[in-house]
Amino acid sequence: MAEMAIKKRRPKNLDLPTIRLPLPGILSILHRVSGAAMFLLLPFLLWLLQSSLTSPETFASAREVVGHPLAKIVLLGLIWFYMHHFCAGIRYLLLDLDKGVELEAARRSSQIVFAVSIALTLIIGAKVLW
Amino acid sequence: MVNRILVGAHYGLKDWVIQRATAIIMAVYTVIFLVVVAAVGPDSFESWRGIFANGFMKFATFLFFISVFYHAWIGVRDIWMDYIKPDGLRLLMMIATVAVLVGYAGWAVQILWRM
Repeated sequence: MAEMAIKKRRPKNLDLPTIRLPLPGILSILHRVSGAAMFLLLPFLLWLLQSSLTSPETFASAREVVGHPLAKIVLLGLIWFYMHHFCAGIRYLLLDLDKGVELEAARRSSQIVFAVSIALTLIIGAKVLW
Repeated sequence: MVNRILVGAHYGLKDWVIQRATAIIMAVYTVIFLVVVAAVGPDSFESWRGIFANGFMKFATFLFFISVFYHAWIGVRDIWMDYIKPDGLRLLMMIATVAVLVGYAGWAVQILWRM
């Protein structure tokens, strides 16, 4: 039964240079990449929260770490990943509810996700990191 | 719809629902947290600590963390299922993922209640 389903003829296009990932596809893979990156950064974030809450001294050292230029870049990337995952996630929840599943609407909503998540990243990054 | 015979007890519906339920909890917490931080404007250890000393925020933050860890488990497990083909290695990665996430949950409790 399962084999029969797989053998059904489907359109094929293996001319790789002509295949371009559309924006909703880029959004999708970034949703996965951002999720994986945030998972890997969890211990750093928990350590940062712990330091910031334990004592005035550890708070100061956490603030020093966050103030380092390299940490600022990592944290700005992290804020973008969080905001992308957040906005793209809300888009997926709406798709689950059958909202915006048509091609035009899906392309439009993916543009909105990129615009809103990048804008939020710049606003929050400016407030928190600089 | 793929034409196939289904046998067994469950097909991932529970995980599908939990992934969305935890997503909604995290999204709501994110908005609450940003509003609280914007309102308090924490610029010192005391004011920053005060946010998490509040009973509601402590409960909400704990709920957020549990949601993060469960959500991360389902997401990371899906990544292993997509890319790691040898069964033994895949199982090992899944066990390691659960192990670190359970550890993080304990750590999060310690951070919130021992601060």
